[in-house]
Parts: sequence; structure tokens; C-alpha cells
Amino acid sequence: MVSFTPNLERHVECPSTTVEGATVREVLDRVFADNPRLRGYVVDEQGALRYHMLVFVDGQQITDRERLSDPVRPTSELYVMQALSGG
Amino acid sequence: MHSMLISTRKGLFVAELSGNTYRVTRGHFIGDNVTLAMVDPRGGWYAALEHGHFGPKLHRSDDHGETWIEIATPAYPPKPEGLEEKDMFGRELKWATSLLWSLAPALDKEGAIWCGTIPGAMFRSDDRGATWKIVESLWFMPERKKWSGGGRDFPGIHSICVDPRDPKTVAIGVSTGGVWRTRDAGATWSVASQGMRAEYTPPEKKFDPIAQDVHCLVQCKSAPRVWWAQHHNGIFKSTNDLESWTEIEKAGPSVFGFTVVVDPADPDTAWFVPGQKDEKRIPVGGKLVVTRTRDGGKTFDVLGRGLPDNFAYDLIFRHGMAMSADGALAFGSTTGNVFASRDRGDTWSAVSHHLPPVHAVTFA
Repeated sequence: MVSFTPNLERHVECPSTTVEGATVREVLDRVFADNPRLRGYVVDEQGALRYHMLVFVDGQQITDRERLSDPVRPTSELYVMQALSGG
Repeated sequence: MHSMLISTRKGLFVAELSGNTYRVTRGHFIGDNVTLAMVDPRGGWYAALEHGHFGPKLHRSDDHGETWIEIATPAYPPKPEGLEEKDMFGRELKWATSLLWSLAPALDKEGAIWCGTIPGAMFRSDDRGATWKIVESLWFMPERKKWSGGGRDFPGIHSICVDPRDPKTVAIGVSTGGVWRTRDAGATWSVASQGMRAEYTPPEKKFDPIAQDVHCLVQCKSAPRVWWAQHHNGIFKSTNDLESWTEIEKAGPSVFGFTVVVDPADPDTAWFVPGQKDEKRIPVGGKLVVTRTRDGGKTFDVLGRGLPDNFAYDLIFRHGMAMSADGALAFGSTTGNVFASRDRGDTWSAVSHHLPPVHAVTFA
């Protein structure tokens, strides 16, 4: 199950969804395959997580922000959130 | 009538002429950071947004701002595996768009546009922003790696001048990386900032064309051999079509600033908005003025009628001043003030005193 920060909804539709995947990259790629515009809001063109974005897997922040290789279990809950920043 | 497009930290605002004064009549993308707008004379308004968390995005309107659609954002090619590229501070230089810093119609082909970005790339779209391609000749040019940060930590292309004599000839201003020009629509590039002087480098690099922190570059439409540049430590002018630059050493209260506008009908007339100095980016003495030369930089008028004359700390960024096709001038400041002049800068009237910080002003 993947959920997105509600602040993203203002720019692009991103309802919570359930997809399969063994890593954060696999999970997000499946979400983006159905919702291509969402990709550029979460990751940059090299596939790295955008600077002020955060991803949590079962409550733990992921450590590989470049390749998104952190493992995901079939029952995992993913949250794509934003860090507090800016003014 | 010529609409004024004001890009601000919290939205894109449109001002229209009512009688003899401009009034803000509508806003778009309210609450979002609109860093730049570009009006394509062939049709289409473009707005660059910077969403912070969600990255830079580009939108286009085909009905003068009433409705907008998101179009593609220029994207860097995949970074080769194992390639290490560092910025001047030793940090990794990401091959990812961090800011859409300049937009211009590419007049050699219908529907084509140029976009300059941070970090230091030029992109071209041949389909009004549906798709983008990086200009590889520039991105993979060895000298590009000598560019360094200026306005931002990473280098960027902020000025794009499409030559009125030949649309395949395009010059760009780089902060920091000097002036570069292509004569073949981006296939090859050569540096064009000889004669500029950098105060902020060791002596042996002072006249290095690549070390020049150009803040804003403009070309006179009716006399395209004449160019003006507001540079980090002064004002420079080229009258021989970029073969060399000459420094203008005195211009009213200060030669420091970001923006410059040249009269499209008169290469000797140009406007600047001075700040005190790079380490004190405020109007000299808290008095906001515009400087204007009408004799090619020999003398400058200091124009303050209608502008605040005390406790004013407005800074005008590089895209913050513009001239309309019918000769109106306008500029917007970091304080959210926007002023316009219908008499070539002699007198100014407020368009607004309370907009969000202004990044850019342009006219439709």
C-alpha cells in the first residue's frame, strides 16, 4: 500500500494504491507506470528522490535516496511525504 | 493593450492598463512560486514554477492566462554510471533540473523554444514544450565544467538572446561562465565575453572570459551589433557585435545591479536599477532609483520621481525589469513593489506595493 502526502493532490492526482514490488524503486515505478505525471513530482530525472521528499517503509525512513533500493515486504506500508522546509 | 506579467514567490499576476496606470487584475498559480514567465510572440504564455519539494514545472496557456496546462519539464540525460562531477564547493553536481532560469522563443522554427537551466544547461523544444532535448554540444563542452555558481550555488543560463538578424544565432549569459554564442542553432558555441573584468577573482583570472559573472545580457533589436550586460561588478557594453566588451565605470550611485533593459529602437539608451554593492544588495542610501543612459553610457540620468526616496530596500532581480512593445517600462522588487513608467523612466507610478517578492516582469 502506497500513500502520498495530501499536499501533492493539489498538483497531481495520487490516491493511495496497492502495488507489488520488492524494493521502493519497484513499487514506485509501478505506481508511476499508471500515473506518469506523478513521477516528476516525487523523483528527479535520474530517479533519485527529490531533495525535500521523504519515503517511509513501515515507519522507517529509507536510506537509499538515489537508487531507492530499500526492501519492501508484501505487507509493507509506504508513505511518500515531504520534509518541512521553505517559507 | 499590453498585459504585464509579474512572476512572484506566491503566484503569477497580470496587470493591465486602465487609463494611464497599470492595475493588477488577476492572478494565476496563487500560492505557488512562479519564477519566470515568457510570452511567445507567435502565441502562448509560458510559466515556470518551482514547487520546492516537488521540483520545477512548466505550464503553458494558449488563452492569455485564462487556462493553463502542465507541459514537460526539461530533463537532463542519464548521468553515465561512475561519472563524478563536483561543483566549486566539492559537492556532487546532479544532472537534474533545479531551476528553469530562462525561456525564449526559438525563432528559427515554428513552435520551438529555448530554455536555460540551473545547473548550466540549455534545452530546446520543437513542439511548444511537449518534449525537450538538452543541447548536447553545450552540456558536453569541456569548458562548461569551468562554469561556477553565481546567483545560485550551481551555474546557470539566465539570458537567451535570439539574434534579430538570424534566428539561428543565439547568445546566452551564464552566471558564472561569461557570454557564449552559437551561429548554427546550438550545434557549436564560442565564448564572447572578452574584455569583461572580474573583480572577485585572483589577478590572473580577471580577464578570463569564463570567469565573468554576467547578471543579465541584452541585445538591441534595431542595432544588433550593440549589446549591454549588467555584470556582478559593473556594467559592460559591446558595440562590435561581441568581439569585445568595454566597461562603463560610472553610472549614477552605483554600477552594481542585476537587470538591464536596452531600448529596442536606440542602442545608446539603456536602463539599470542599481544596488549598493554585492555585499550590500540594497538601494544606495535607502533611496530607490533607476539609472538611464541616452548616450551609450557616457552619462547617466538618475531617475527617482515616483519611487520611494527613504528606507527603501527593494532589490530588482535580473528578470525584474521589462519594456513593452509600446515603450512602457516596468520593474518589480523583492519587497513586492511594482512600478511602471510611460515616459521612459522620467516618472514612475506604483502598480502594486504589496505583491509577494517579484522574480520577473515581462509584457505580452
